[in-house]
Amino acid sequence: MTTYIIKRIFSSLVSLIIVTIIIFSMMHSIPGGPFDETKMPLSPAAKEKILKMYGLDKPLYVQYVKYMWNALHFRFGKSYQSPGEEMTDLIKRTLLVSAFLGGLGLALAFPIGLLLGIISAIKPNSLVDYLCTALASYTISVPVYVSSIFMVFIFSLGLHWFPTGGFGGPKTWIMPIIAYSLFPLGIIARYTRSSMLEVLNEPYILTAKSKGLSRWRVIIHHAFKNALIPILTIMLPMFTGIMTGSIFVEKIFRIPGLGGYFVTSIYKRDYPLEMTLILFITVSLALTYLVIDILYTVIDPRVRLGKKGR
Amino acid sequence: MNVKTLSVGRVDILETWRYFHKNKLTSIGLGVIFVFILATIFAPLITPAGYAEQKYLHEINNFPSISHWFGVDAVGRDYFSRVIYGIRVSLLVGSTTAFIALFIGVPLGALAGYLGGTVDWIVMRLVETFSVIPPLLVAILFVTVAGSGLQNVIFILALVSWMDICRLVRGEVLTLKEREYSIAAKAIGAKSYRILFRHLLPNAVAPIIVGLVLCVPNAIMLEAMLSFLGVGVNPPTPSWGQMISDGLYYIQFYWHLTLFPAIFLALTVLSLSFIGDGLRDAVDPKLRGRR
Repeated sequence: MTTYIIKRIFSSLVSLIIVTIIIFSMMHSIPGGPFDETKMPLSPAAKEKILKMYGLDKPLYVQYVKYMWNALHFRFGKSYQSPGEEMTDLIKRTLLVSAFLGGLGLALAFPIGLLLGIISAIKPNSLVDYLCTALASYTISVPVYVSSIFMVFIFSLGLHWFPTGGFGGPKTWIMPIIAYSLFPLGIIARYTRSSMLEVLNEPYILTAKSKGLSRWRVIIHHAFKNALIPILTIMLPMFTGIMTGSIFVEKIFRIPGLGGYFVTSIYKRDYPLEMTLILFITVSLALTYLVIDILYTVIDPRVRLGKKGR
Repeated sequence: MNVKTLSVGRVDILETWRYFHKNKLTSIGLGVIFVFILATIFAPLITPAGYAEQKYLHEINNFPSISHWFGVDAVGRDYFSRVIYGIRVSLLVGSTTAFIALFIGVPLGALAGYLGGTVDWIVMRLVETFSVIPPLLVAILFVTVAGSGLQNVIFILALVSWMDICRLVRGEVLTLKEREYSIAAKAIGAKSYRILFRHLLPNAVAPIIVGLVLCVPNAIMLEAMLSFLGVGVNPPTPSWGQMISDGLYYIQFYWHLTLFPAIFLALTVLSLSFIGDGLRDAVDPKLRGRR
């Protein structure tokens, strides 16, 4: 077990280093730099000074090692777009908005997704199952911005219930929260369905049924509890999924969150911000995968990794 | 391919088709995609103008009417033509991406599964590396480095979507190589590449096809997301994502500019994923009898 975890951490670290090297070199190979103004070009002397100040005059590998060293100590430098504040403050300020709406979206998605999945697993191939499956497929496969636009059409332009965008008060929160919830909802419903179907076929369910237990007791106590394990493993990566979702949700509903910075930092060659954002996502994703793998061995005694005959 | 029982690998085609066909959602998906394919083939016959022709400059932003079913866009192009030609672009991007992803994923997965050891470790680290970065962000970066345009977008999408097929093939090869026939082949002295290509991969064809089909809607969705952010296909090539993004500015006034491409994008991606899901359920013996 311990050797497994150590091996797992080591391989995660390797992938993290590969990712950061690839991203770092790609970022710097985009033509043009952060201080190449076309409208008001800086004088060569001034530009040189600025580049020196940000350490951009040094060779790439020196910049990379320096950045990673500082990042290890939680010093992320300053964003070129917003030099007045520390990077951590900028991210905290914007992440709070995204995490607030995204978190509520997830809180909405879990119960609804679980319910849809259970309902369609109880009566497979019924009309209800088709409707739930179709809804799940829709939210998974259709980009979130398309659904957001449909919502704007129906609830803002048609029914005039909510404003088309902005961030101020509960009325402006509802549509973004629903938008955030769509993708996780579909994934949860789909996994719940297939995992419940698998469990409902197990002999112990038949035993429980033949003991005369009530239908719902069998479904909730015996089936759902066992079906929950695979569902747990897909829930964790969704927290980081919020961040990529925010790129679209926040553009459509004009919300001052983190989402916009993912794209603008690439356009504006804002190296420190871009690197920090990508580092943030990859580290949290790598960590969640690690936690999932370890949790798996803890939750389910049938899974014993690194041993034969699991 | 075994003619007597008509099967590909371990999967019986007739039986699979029966399950596949019984699924109503899949049938709907097949129907929609069939109509869409017909529409793109006969696009020049059913549309009043080419997708880039600015023929209607005096009717800019006109709402849908009998002469312009989906209205006219901001630079005088018939919007129905653009949306219909958009099917061509989407399906082209989706299918080509899936095939390129197949050519990256299958060899890597097969080698990793068959050889194991260091090769497996390296391939799996590569897969893990590509999986921890959100594909959208990598794609944006790649496009900014390599430049936008249809070809680049397709290659970049393939580069961020080969991992699922690779994992799938690796898993299949891992289980298949323990089978008696593969051990027997080894025992009579067959060479490794022969065992891999003649015995193992043909038996893994069915799941590979499922992976391939499921890859198509994913690629279309990613392309639409890239184009929506302005880093996808170059104008005037009609891309739904780009059309939606352009129309978003006028959504309160000229609703037709966003609504029609959004509906077509949703229908295409949804139908393709219905087909993929139906295929997966039909091929997967574990789900048999329930679908």
